[in-house]
Amino acid sequence: MLFDTEIWQITALSIQVSAIATVISLAIGLPFGTWLALGNFRGRSFILSIINTGMALPPVVVGLVVAIMLWRSGPLGNLRLIYTPIAIIIAQTVIAAPVVTGLTAAALEALDPRLQQQLLGLGASRLQMIWYLWREARLPLLAALMAGFGSVISEVGASMMVGGNIRGQTRVLTTAIVLETSKGEFEQALALSALLLVLTYLINLALTWIQQKGRKAEYQSTPRKSL
Amino acid sequence: MIQIRDLLIQRNGLDVLSFDSLHIERGETLTVVGPNGAGKSTLLLALARLLKPSRGEIIYDGKSLKQWNELDYRRRISFVFQSPLLMDMTVEQNIALGLKFRGTSKEERQSRAQKWMKQLGVELLAKRRAGQLSGGEAQRVSLARAFVLEPELLLLDEPFAALDPPTRSKLMEDLATLLKEDQRTAVFVTHNLNEAAKLSHRIAVIVGGKLRQVGTARQIKSEPADETVAAFLHELPQ
Repeated sequence: MLFDTEIWQITALSIQVSAIATVISLAIGLPFGTWLALGNFRGRSFILSIINTGMALPPVVVGLVVAIMLWRSGPLGNLRLIYTPIAIIIAQTVIAAPVVTGLTAAALEALDPRLQQQLLGLGASRLQMIWYLWREARLPLLAALMAGFGSVISEVGASMMVGGNIRGQTRVLTTAIVLETSKGEFEQALALSALLLVLTYLINLALTWIQQKGRKAEYQSTPRKSL
Repeated sequence: MIQIRDLLIQRNGLDVLSFDSLHIERGETLTVVGPNGAGKSTLLLALARLLKPSRGEIIYDGKSLKQWNELDYRRRISFVFQSPLLMDMTVEQNIALGLKFRGTSKEERQSRAQKWMKQLGVELLAKRRAGQLSGGEAQRVSLARAFVLEPELLLLDEPFAALDPPTRSKLMEDLATLLKEDQRTAVFVTHNLNEAAKLSHRIAVIVGGKLRQVGTARQIKSEPADETVAAFLHELPQ
């Protein structure tokens, strides 16, 4: 099975679904996390606590809620998305978005708060200020991206519940591993697991390489103590 | 150039700065002195429009700050904080940052950054990253980053407070020369009356969130307006 076309189709779908979910989570989490980090409004701490709780959302619970929403008789049932890759993307986005949001907020809160005033004091527009704050926090923001991707590429509960593990349509690596294990095909399950691990490693290797390249530049910039 | 009328600034419901009036002439360097927590930095933040007064008006070039387009106004000024707050980029990129915000061409950014790196004696550090600089070097870069914008109003919030005395003294001299040559309007916050006297045309003394006295160093030293000013002067390093 390992070298047949089905395995590459499953792998490609896993990457595709998790990458799209991560990108959507980034599109939601980066601005939302920034708003939470820079904002000063009532209820901010409450929202942050909800987001932080969301970072530990059990995928099966997300799967259940998304399945109820997309079920034929559910509120979004007429969209006919249940048991499609889009349903998996929706569920994975719900899992990854709080992770990206929470870590983005934490990354920006760790910056010197006067940096905002300094950038504005140099004539930055609000958008320019945010862009340069992101630039300054790029290492922890990359970690947020890695954590978001890691949370979805490895989850199985939600993908199983909303995707249905349909061969050739919604089967991804994690659901295929569960299936092979349930059939007692441990060799197949182990091979798929190895593939998933290698895949996750390679993607995180690339992101870590980018991150550490930035860190190296920072490390070389360690301040000297005297003039 | 700047007129402040009936100003009240509150934070968390408490009055942190209030006074009736203060004016700053074009080309003037006004130094603001006062003890910690007196409201000096608050005044600078309000002048930079980074803090909204609860009451009163700040009039700049005949127009209330409320009437100015916020970005348009902020691009006429430049702010130097106590901490250099440089970005994680090279010295040259840091100095050109404000120009980049204004959409200045790359060639002009480079030539103006070169000019001010030379003026502040940091041209040899151009390609060095901000984190590699010493405190004095970083503050020179911070000053160059503000001067390169050729702002109408320069706001300096104790930029040398964290430096060792020899570095501080040298930078003070350089800043005094620059301000004199440049004829730029500046508001400078410091604890040191000697520095204030060296640098400025007039000195404003703020104690306990109130503007107590405005005058020359000689006037303030010889005729303190009240006991709070006299007590503050007594505590200062001479």
